[in-house]
Amino acid sequence: MTPLNLTPALPEIFVLALACVVLLVEAFSKKPEWSYTLTQLTLVGAGAITLLTAEAGKVYAFNGMFVDDLMGDVLKLVSYAAAIVAVAYSRAYLSERAMFRGEYFVLVLFAVLGMMVMISASHFLTLYLGLELLSLSLYTLVALQRDSMVASEAAMKYFVLGALASGFLLYGMSILYGMTGSLELTKVVAAVEQGSSSLLAFGLVFVVAGLAFKLGVAPFHMWVPDIYHGAPSAVTLFIGSAPKLAAFAIVMRLLVDGLHPAVGDWQQMLAIMAVLSLMIGNLAAIMQSNLKRMLAYSTIAHMGFLLLGVLADSYAGYSAAMFYVITYALMSLGAFGMVVYLSRAGFEAENLDDFKGLNARHPWLAAVMAMVMLSLAGLPPFVGFYAKLTVLQALVGAGWLWLAVIAVIFSLIGAFYYLRVVKLMYFDAPHANDLAPSGEADVRALLSLNGLGVLVLGLVPQPLLALCAYAIQTSIQ
Amino acid sequence: MIEGIGILSLTIWVPIVAGLLILVTGGDRNADGQRAIALIGALLGFLVAIPLWTGFDASSAAMQFQEIAAWIPLINVHYHLGVDGISMPFILLNSFTTLLVVLAGWQVIQTKVGQYMAAFLIQSGLINGVFAALDGVLFYVFFEAMLIPLYLIIGVWGGPNRVYAAIKFFLYTLLGSLLMLVAVIYLFFESGGSFEILAWHKLPLGLTPQILLFVAFFFAFAVKVPMWPVHTWLPDAHVEAPTGGSVVLAAITLKVGAYGFLRFVLPIVPDASHELAGLMIALSLVAVVYIGLVALVQSDMKKLIAYSSIAHMGFVTLGFFLFQPLGIEGGLVQMISHGFVSGALFLCIGVMYDRLHSRQIADYGGVVNSMPRFAAFFMLFAMANAGLPATSGFVGEFMVILGAVKVNFWYAFAAALTLIFGAAYTLWMYKRVVFGPVANEKVAAMEDINSREFLVLGLLALCVLGLGLYPLPVTEVMHASVNNLLEHVAHSKLP
Repeated sequence: MTPLNLTPALPEIFVLALACVVLLVEAFSKKPEWSYTLTQLTLVGAGAITLLTAEAGKVYAFNGMFVDDLMGDVLKLVSYAAAIVAVAYSRAYLSERAMFRGEYFVLVLFAVLGMMVMISASHFLTLYLGLELLSLSLYTLVALQRDSMVASEAAMKYFVLGALASGFLLYGMSILYGMTGSLELTKVVAAVEQGSSSLLAFGLVFVVAGLAFKLGVAPFHMWVPDIYHGAPSAVTLFIGSAPKLAAFAIVMRLLVDGLHPAVGDWQQMLAIMAVLSLMIGNLAAIMQSNLKRMLAYSTIAHMGFLLLGVLADSYAGYSAAMFYVITYALMSLGAFGMVVYLSRAGFEAENLDDFKGLNARHPWLAAVMAMVMLSLAGLPPFVGFYAKLTVLQALVGAGWLWLAVIAVIFSLIGAFYYLRVVKLMYFDAPHANDLAPSGEADVRALLSLNGLGVLVLGLVPQPLLALCAYAIQTSIQ
Repeated sequence: MIEGIGILSLTIWVPIVAGLLILVTGGDRNADGQRAIALIGALLGFLVAIPLWTGFDASSAAMQFQEIAAWIPLINVHYHLGVDGISMPFILLNSFTTLLVVLAGWQVIQTKVGQYMAAFLIQSGLINGVFAALDGVLFYVFFEAMLIPLYLIIGVWGGPNRVYAAIKFFLYTLLGSLLMLVAVIYLFFESGGSFEILAWHKLPLGLTPQILLFVAFFFAFAVKVPMWPVHTWLPDAHVEAPTGGSVVLAAITLKVGAYGFLRFVLPIVPDASHELAGLMIALSLVAVVYIGLVALVQSDMKKLIAYSSIAHMGFVTLGFFLFQPLGIEGGLVQMISHGFVSGALFLCIGVMYDRLHSRQIADYGGVVNSMPRFAAFFMLFAMANAGLPATSGFVGEFMVILGAVKVNFWYAFAAALTLIFGAAYTLWMYKRVVFGPVANEKVAAMEDINSREFLVLGLLALCVLGLGLYPLPVTEVMHASVNNLLEHVAHSKLP
């Protein structure tokens, strides 16, 4: 029995403690502003602790249930940043809709905590714990707008389907446990290496299905459009960004850390799901008239692209996927952030038509949105291009040339609907219903930074690429 | 080498910075200031490009004015620039055209002036980047990024059907370039982890990979050229684009496709090029003959010139795939000449459109009576388009036909038909628009060109005549590089 070492889990402990404090602050002070400030400070503090305790190499804690490595640290840091930005964007939106209450902040913090646990899990139980903590917080967040029928319906759907997916995952894990006799990923991998069996493939199918649901890739994508569309935009903003990082982390932990000996099996499953996601996501997105729904389908396609990086099964592929998910979070924040920013009391700027002629009224906002859209389409010089480039490079390097060709063809189809947003903003006459941004100047500045980030990271992609590559190399054996 | 920022970097970044500067000066309130910045930016962009010509060593086929710096070391991408005799003239042509476009849009564009000027300047910088890039990824970044400003130019300032044209243009060209991206990545692995285009030139490749690479590059560049049958986006884009957009499209972006054939296809996959040369020549001849006939029946002047562009570019690709020094040099001269002539013709149509707001040939007639000075210029450019000797249009076509005779008489025969068709559609249009009785009182009321328009057309007229009467300086610059290229192509790369 090793002595209890709490250092690797310090950020988690910190966030948990502060989340409880936020709960109390709200109960006693009735001032949501305080909760807001405290939440942001908590996330910043967690970032500082993560940075200070970061080191190359893997450190296990709690008898191997918990692991702290550089990949986890980077993903956590990006998650905090995404949460900070999402909360900041949402402030005005929430207060106009009577949702600017303590619960929101507590739920966000618990969701972040869930993600952190998922990211650092090295044991089936920890992983499941984190996943459920995140999922339950998200279910509640979606239902936060109590008097909205759409939101309640979305929350119900999310809950039922999410529970089903968790069931899949648990079932798969239990089969793996029965086969290997351990819940610990390091021991599972050792046991799986001894020899594969049809039982392993059977368990793997369920694990992969559960993961696919959480990532939102086809054919387990049904919930994504409904939830993205139904949830209040501020919540969609949150769901669309940070949880993707955590989902990527558990894919890495389970499939690469835990089940790497079965790579031949899961590679094929991922390949099929990736192609389906690219197809369904991109084709269905063309037909949407609601921006949130369109972005939801585009998320499916992007997650398919992410899987392509993972299934390339090389350091280059993993780090490409990691780069992809980080930059995707950045772009997603920009896109949904714009929806939130342009919505005002009693008006949701969520239809594509609402963006008509934005350039005539607010050229800078249109430029920011255009940069984000072109980046999502994967056009240089924006960062989305390098995300696609590195994934494709890893694919071709691993000999999956045909997958790379399919991926670029669907990227072309994808470009169409992103370009349509640019077209609406630039080519069309302004809408009668003028979009009057409701947010404050600081939110506008943050949004501008977000858009410029997409450009600057595109001009200088090396640091982030190198960071991802380094994190993967030190974290994956 | 010059210390600090090199000349090529300047030709790329001066226009881009000027464009961004315009964007930050705000909206239409400041239109005059924005025009001034645009003019200064374009002028500076042209001036910094001039040392490329004066300092160029024509006896060397090596890349000159090279700049190299690590950009994304992780995947071995470099910021590597350099020009040889093939690419250098196009940087000058592009910088020069940008200057003309800024002048041409001076009064015509009254809405979103800043964004219009900025789009052209940024696009100019990006295109210079395409011609100067020697790194595969860098090339690709410029190659695709240049679509964005042009998409906006067509879509925002274009004609009634502009949205359709803009999206068609974008998706068509994107389809081609995405396949090229896969080819670029494939070459990266084949060459052992290098994105250097020059290293790819020396890379041995089997015939099957060569053919697949050829197909991928073909899509990217043939769409841009555009070659028959992937040309259908061009007439739409030309008709809907504002005058400046048409000029840049015809004079520069089409050249990017042809340039790609010389920089990528011929040297990287020479065996596949030989293998498929017959097909390429056939497609080129179809463009020359069939598209020439299509041009004949157009009733819209812009569409007519657009089809004539396709026919002329057919000449260029024909010249390239003859694997003859005369053919390639003729193709290059034809590219430059076409840059001047088609740009000038679009500007002429723009001049008339600004006055009458119609591009239909039927709405005009007897323009010479109200606009004699304009008619003279228009005549010169129409003659150049028809390939009249002593104009630049003649030189390139003649060289290509001479090259074709050496290979196969019937190629030359088919290609020479363009001299008839070209004369037919251009001069017939000219006759209907400029001569004859004055069609209506609107035409009678048209004012002759002002001094700004005179300046723009006059500069182009000088170029057309200069290149037509004394093409030697231009061909001299290309000579060494073209011979070097042909040497590459002559050697099989099969392992």
